[in-house]
Amino acid sequence: MYNFVFEKPTTVAEAVAALASEDAQALGGGQTLLPTMKQRLASPAKLVSLTGIAEMGGTSSTGDVITIGGGVTHADVAAGGYGAISKLAGDIGDPTVRNRGTIGGSLANNDPSADYPAAALASGATIKTNARSIAADDYFTGLFDTALEDAEIIVSVDFPVPLSSNYQKFEQPASRFALVGVFVAKFADGVRVAVTGASEGGVYRWTEAETALNANFSADALDGLSVSADNMISDLHGTPEYRANLVKVLTGRAVADC
Amino acid sequence: MPKDNGIGASPKRREDVRFLTGRGRYVDDIKLQNQCFAVFARSQVAHGIIKSIDTSEAEGMPGVLAVFTGEDFTEVGGNPAGWLIHSRDGEPMKEPKRPVLAHGKVRHVGDAYAAVIAETYEQAVEAAEAIDADIDEQDAIVDMAAALANSDNLVHDEIETNQCFDWGWIEDNRAATDEAIKNAPHVTTLELINNRLIPNAMEPRASTADYNPGTGHYTLYTTSQNPHLTRLLISAFVMGIPENKLTIIAPDVGGGFGSKIFHYGEEALVLAASKKLGRPVRWTASRWESFLTDAHGRDHRTTIELATDKEGNFLAFRTSTLANVGAYLSNFSTVTPTILHGTVIAGNYTVPLTYVNVKAVFTNTAPVDAYRGAGRPEATFSVERVIDKCARELGIDPIEIRRKNFIKKEQFPFLTAAGLEYDSGDYHALMDKLEEMADFDGFEARKAESAKRGLLRGLGINTYVEACGLAPSNLAGILGSRVGLYESATVRVNATGNISVMTGSHSHGQGHETVFPQIVADMLGMSADDIDIVHGDTSKIPFGMGTYGSRSMAVGGSAIVRATEKIIEKATKIAAHMMEAGDGDIEFNDGVFSVVGTDKTVTFPEVAFKAYIPHDYPIDKLEPGLEETAFYDPGNFTYPSGAYACEVEIDPDTGKVTICSFSAADDVGNVINPMIVEGQIQGGLGQGIGQALVENCVYDENGQLLSGSYMDYTMPRADDMPFFNVDQSCLTPCTHNPLGAKGCGEAGAIGSPPTVINAVVDALSHLGVTHVDMPASPARVWAAIQAAK
Repeated sequence: MYNFVFEKPTTVAEAVAALASEDAQALGGGQTLLPTMKQRLASPAKLVSLTGIAEMGGTSSTGDVITIGGGVTHADVAAGGYGAISKLAGDIGDPTVRNRGTIGGSLANNDPSADYPAAALASGATIKTNARSIAADDYFTGLFDTALEDAEIIVSVDFPVPLSSNYQKFEQPASRFALVGVFVAKFADGVRVAVTGASEGGVYRWTEAETALNANFSADALDGLSVSADNMISDLHGTPEYRANLVKVLTGRAVADC
Repeated sequence: MPKDNGIGASPKRREDVRFLTGRGRYVDDIKLQNQCFAVFARSQVAHGIIKSIDTSEAEGMPGVLAVFTGEDFTEVGGNPAGWLIHSRDGEPMKEPKRPVLAHGKVRHVGDAYAAVIAETYEQAVEAAEAIDADIDEQDAIVDMAAALANSDNLVHDEIETNQCFDWGWIEDNRAATDEAIKNAPHVTTLELINNRLIPNAMEPRASTADYNPGTGHYTLYTTSQNPHLTRLLISAFVMGIPENKLTIIAPDVGGGFGSKIFHYGEEALVLAASKKLGRPVRWTASRWESFLTDAHGRDHRTTIELATDKEGNFLAFRTSTLANVGAYLSNFSTVTPTILHGTVIAGNYTVPLTYVNVKAVFTNTAPVDAYRGAGRPEATFSVERVIDKCARELGIDPIEIRRKNFIKKEQFPFLTAAGLEYDSGDYHALMDKLEEMADFDGFEARKAESAKRGLLRGLGINTYVEACGLAPSNLAGILGSRVGLYESATVRVNATGNISVMTGSHSHGQGHETVFPQIVADMLGMSADDIDIVHGDTSKIPFGMGTYGSRSMAVGGSAIVRATEKIIEKATKIAAHMMEAGDGDIEFNDGVFSVVGTDKTVTFPEVAFKAYIPHDYPIDKLEPGLEETAFYDPGNFTYPSGAYACEVEIDPDTGKVTICSFSAADDVGNVINPMIVEGQIQGGLGQGIGQALVENCVYDENGQLLSGSYMDYTMPRADDMPFFNVDQSCLTPCTHNPLGAKGCGEAGAIGSPPTVINAVVDALSHLGVTHVDMPASPARVWAAIQAAK
């Protein structure tokens, strides 16, 4: 690890100011950033910890919308009783990861195999930053890429509460990240299906499945659909064809378990 | 006899108290005054010519004390292969030099070409990054067949080929085997891959050297399974440091699985650096260095043929294997794919003919060497997979075809077609036990129940026999070993009657500190609590050959028996003097010497005290003291065997394999500590299941390690494992060692991979699938299902 300066502000405004300097990097739970720094693959001059900011903590629910602070850990979301989102959070990594990692960190990093992006996109979540509100459909812009500007901080995330939802994760055997993960959320105005782990473009909505499920919300509705292997990730753990298969299989299972 | 901790008892592992409370003392825990740190500069390319290495910037950086390159070691020797293998044409194998630091060329990603010594670890890391190496990258040689076909691109230019040897076993049987296969009514052929593995010991390799300029003595603390062998290699081959000036200490070592048998260049580097600087120099591998530079395991490509008659009687096995040895010959790399593989190719069977051909190939990958089982898992996988395929082709039950060909109990000792004489075994009894354990009759019902849940259930059967307890030195020498393979022990009875046992075996997880005292306790009629084991320090123990090849109990334990017998013999004479009787009138039972036919007795501690306070002592006939050393050289290998069964469920939509049950009946000979044996068997099963289902070392075509971290190299975890149903009750004692012990360390890792794959194939056979390579990952199993459609 290279040397760096460490700051731990207590307000979002202080954090934004601290991040204004060159080569400053926000630090959530550090579950991706710190291993990268230890391998000397990242060398921020300054780390700005977001874990001491009260505005970013806590969760609340209006009944229609669940609001989760950007600094809330996976463990706290898992314990929150928020249905499929809590189940998803409880299956991220291991206890160490869940006790340090945060939802804001996960969404800001947008790892193509991360779980939260699927939940946010399928739920039609709103990512609230220090500067603005960003709809999930506009937020995820590609592999490790988001609509966030430099020094923009995720303060909280609003999840509309669906009628029913389910997340199916098929684990990559080594990392136990999602080899493919599918989040299905059924709302009064329609079904949303988001897929993580599969595409070279990162998390995406499987709109054909949404259309089919809007007509008939059952796993059988997917029978006639085929998932193209084009632009699917290929690695040691799965070919594009295998991932395409999993997208369909897991979507069917998510619908069945909704 | 102290039943609570003698032979056959299961006292808890005494070493676990310190391991589980953080009181272990591993190499990295040893901090020496004035120590400094070594960090290596390692190649990022698989194959390249070193044009120049500019160390000037690094040398000027803060805290830097010295920088070494391959140029500094041109005068020292190479790290040798421990076995000389001859090719079929009689030519000796090719032995390119393995230098301390790469010189002239780098030959695999991670190959160290320079080292920095600095005051702090961080300073050494910074300086190592500042070394400017001009390396002209060459095309990487990764694929074994391509390596053999292409003589223009060589891993080692000086040997003019990428082939290390072309070995036949038994060459005199080749023509007859060919003939038998040509004329056989049925021949089953199978091409398979024994997947390459990365050992992943929990503790990474570490070495700290401490040269004392005042005495000229070197001490090397290092993660070794066999400190004397390391000392011998450093002294006799690599550095020429006299053995009396070199102490090797392998303290607590956190697992080895074979990878810490070998001497590595880092050990030589820290010794040289400590000498140069007159300060202790330490190095601990990062996990990424472990992935890139620990000797890997397996990596065979094999075609096996099994010839039978129509009834399934085996007529001949013939195999052809390409074995990857990586970029350099590691110490046991030449014996592993040959002697340890070819000699057990007859398995548990009376098959009259076998022939094994192995071509060992240099590639631009990390060295490949012995890994838990070492050669025998590869042989067992080939044999047992082809038997399963054959049974299916002939429509014979997989248990029946094995039983039909088993060596029968009354046939032992049995000389196999592959040239070994198995001393004892009862394979039918093991299979009987397995049938009892695994409830084969209920399988169809369980399969139907799985099918209701949309899952495909398969049952895999397997048997194995291994040759371990390495090894008779004379035979090993004939077969090419450059070392002896005895073991040593010193039993030192202290004046007050407690005992220190110095053993040449090394414990790095096996539990020797618990189990070896049980032997001595049993023989001397005392509590094991009064007996301690000393190991891992060449200045304290007699010359030993260390721990590998399931040899610690069969060979090391036998040495302890022999030394303890000498203690009893001498103590009997002392006791006779004390009781004014003749030696022949003394009986020794449960720690008490008595004169036959009288009520005169003395206890063992009283005799010990007398030996060290020799007043009124037969000093003209007997030396004082009570300490004896024995070197035990076994008369044969030992031959553990077993019968395994496994049931799997496969999700056809995802390809995921789940192990539902695993039953293992093992004959490991006489058992000293049943709990430790069960633990060893379970650990081996876990490692074998890891190979079968999840573990895979993969290099890309450029020689980059794709599975270079735990993000991509899958370690088996607890939730990958079933509850194991294990049994060691069907035992046949080894006939040639005093304990009757055969060995248990490698058994599970040898027997389980084919069991799992046989089960996977059984689950998919109705689709037409005849083989799935390891690891049977979800993606691979799903692809096999799709391909069969």
